[in-house]
Amino acid sequence: MMGIKEILEKIWIYVVTALLVVPVIILYFYLGLISIAEDMDGIFPTGLTLEHWLEVLDGRIPIPGAQYEYPNIYLVALNTFILAVLVAGLEVVISSLAGYSLSRFKFRGRSAILTMILILHAFPGITLLIALFFVLNYLGLYNSLLGVVLVKVALDLPLGIWIMKGFFDGVSWDMEMSALVDGCTRLGAWWRVVMPNVRNGLMAVLIFGFLSGWAEFIYALTFIAEQRFWTFSMLVYAFTTGEYSYTNPGITAAVAIIYMIPVILFFLFAQKYLLRIQLIGKGGA
Amino acid sequence: MSDNIWQKEITLKDILKVLELLRRGFISLAKYIVDPIRNLLSKLGYKLAIYVFLVPSLGFISLFYLVPFILTFLIGMTAMDFTFKWDWVGLANYIRILNDSFAPKIMGNTLFYVFTTLTLFNVGMALVVSLITNHIPDHIGSAVRGIWLLPRITPSTVYALLWLWAARGEENALINWFLTITGLSMVIPTRTWILDDPWVIVILVNGFVGTSFGMIVFTAALKSIPEDYYRAAKVDGASTWDIIRYVELPMIKWPLLFVTAYQTLSLLTSFEYILILTDGGPGLYTTEVWSLYSYHKAFRSYGGTVEIGYGAALATILVIIGVIMSLIYWRIFKFKEMMVEPKIEV
Repeated sequence: MMGIKEILEKIWIYVVTALLVVPVIILYFYLGLISIAEDMDGIFPTGLTLEHWLEVLDGRIPIPGAQYEYPNIYLVALNTFILAVLVAGLEVVISSLAGYSLSRFKFRGRSAILTMILILHAFPGITLLIALFFVLNYLGLYNSLLGVVLVKVALDLPLGIWIMKGFFDGVSWDMEMSALVDGCTRLGAWWRVVMPNVRNGLMAVLIFGFLSGWAEFIYALTFIAEQRFWTFSMLVYAFTTGEYSYTNPGITAAVAIIYMIPVILFFLFAQKYLLRIQLIGKGGA
Repeated sequence: MSDNIWQKEITLKDILKVLELLRRGFISLAKYIVDPIRNLLSKLGYKLAIYVFLVPSLGFISLFYLVPFILTFLIGMTAMDFTFKWDWVGLANYIRILNDSFAPKIMGNTLFYVFTTLTLFNVGMALVVSLITNHIPDHIGSAVRGIWLLPRITPSTVYALLWLWAARGEENALINWFLTITGLSMVIPTRTWILDDPWVIVILVNGFVGTSFGMIVFTAALKSIPEDYYRAAKVDGASTWDIIRYVELPMIKWPLLFVTAYQTLSLLTSFEYILILTDGGPGLYTTEVWSLYSYHKAFRSYGGTVEIGYGAALATILVIIGVIMSLIYWRIFKFKEMMVEPKIEV
C-alpha cells in the first residue's frame, strides 16, 4: 500500500518531468506548425496552407526586396549531402585504420600517440579557426567544399579513433589469430575477420560523421565565399540574419524541416549509436 | 592490301581474343610486379602495416591541428591582414589587448556567460533532469532524456532559429504569448527579448544544448549505483528527496567535477550560437564574448580591413587556456588508465 505522502511525491515528480519536457517539445512543434500555417497566434495556427511547401519544393526562393534569388534549394541540398557523405566516409576509413593499429600493434610511440589523441579530443579545435583559414588559403582550398570536409574530418578524428580503438579492443584476439594461422594476411584478417565484428562502431562513427558534416556551420560560413557552395546551414542563416533577412517564416520553416530530416531519422532509429557518441562527448560545443 | 582491317566485321570471337590477351597481360603483370611488392610487404610486413594504418590520421592531425597550433602563435605576432603578409610586430598585439578599452567589458561578458550557463544548465539543469528521470520508470526516463538530446543534434542554425522566433517582440510570439496567457506578464512584462534582454536568450539557447552532456554523464553514474543502497535507504524510511541528498549526490561527486571542468572549457571557446542569435549585439559588444571577439577581428572588416594578426593574438590566449585545461583533465581524470597496453602481443 502506498501512503498518501508517497502518492503526493509521485505526482510532484511527474509534474516536474512534464515541466522539463514541454518547453523543448513546443519549440519543435511550433516549427512543424508554422510551415503549414498562414499565421501563428502563440502555438495556434490561424489557418492552414500548403503554399510554403509548394514554393520551397519548386526550388527557387526569392530574396525579399532584392532582384535576385537565394541559391536553388536542390543545389544547396546536394552540397550539404556531398559534404556530409565525404566527412562520414573519410572519418570511418581513417579512424578505423588508426583505431586498429592502436588497439593491436605494439610499437614505439604508441602511448605518445594515444596521449596526443586524448588531449586533442579535449582541446577545443574551434580556437584554431584563424590559423586553419590560413592553412586552407595556402593549400588553395579556401572557398571549396573539400576544404571544409578536410578540416571537419581532422577535428572529428580524435573522437573517431578513440571510439574505433575501443571497439577493436573488444574483438577477441583468438579469432583474428586463427585467421592468421589459416593463411590470411594481416590486412586480410583485418578486413574479413575483424571489421565485421566492429560493425556497431563503424555505424556509430559513420552516423556521427554524417550528422557532424550535415550540421556544420561555422567552418562552412568562414571557409566558403560563393553562394554556389552554400549548404543548408548557410541558407537558413541567411534567412534569419543580414540585410534581406525577412524571409517568410513558413518558407523558412519548410526549409528548416527538410534540413532536419536526417537528424530526425537518426534520432528515431539510431539513438543507441547517438547516445554512445554523446557520452564520450565532443570537444567543441 | 585492299581490304582494310578496320572495315572487317568484329565478331564475338575477336572480343574474346582481346580479353584473353588482357587477362594474360594482367597475370604477367601480377607475376612480375605485384608479387614482388607483396613479398616485400610481408617481409617488412609488421612495421610497414603500422605506418600504412597510422599515416592518414597523423597526416590529418599534423596538418589541421599541429600546424595551425603553431601558426596561431606566429600569426599572433604579426599585423597580418587579408593580404596574408607576415608583418612581424613582436608582442605589440598583446600590449594592445592590455590597452584595448573593450577588453575588460568582453572579459566580464565571457565570465558572466560561462558561469551563469554552467551553473544553471550544464550542471544545474543536467542534474535535475538526470535525477528526476532516475526516479521514474526507465522507459519514460529515457524518452525524456532523448527529448533533451534534440537541441544538441539539431543543426545550430535551425535550433537558433526556433528561439529567434520564440523571442520575437510581437504579442503572439511564443515567449510573450506564454507570459500573457499564464498571467506572468504582470511580473515579467512582454518585450522584444533579443533587443531588451539578449543575455536571457543567449543563456537559454546555449543552456538547452549544454544540458545534455551533463545529463548523460550523470545518468551513467547514477545507473551504476548498486540497488542495495536504494533498498537500504527505503528500509530506513527515506523519502525521494532523502535518497537524492544522501545517496545519489554523494555518489556522483566525481562526474560532477568532470562535467564542470569539461564544460567550462567548451563554453569558453564556443561562440556559434551567440554569432547566430545576436552576433555580439545589440549595440556595442553587449553580448560579445572573447572567442567571438577574436572571430570578429579576424573575419569581419571594419573600415575595409580585417585584423587577422590581432584576432590570432586574442585566439592565442584561448589556445593556451585550452592546452592547460586539456592537460589538467588528462592528469586529474585518469585518462592514463584508458591507455593500457594492447592485450595482445604481435
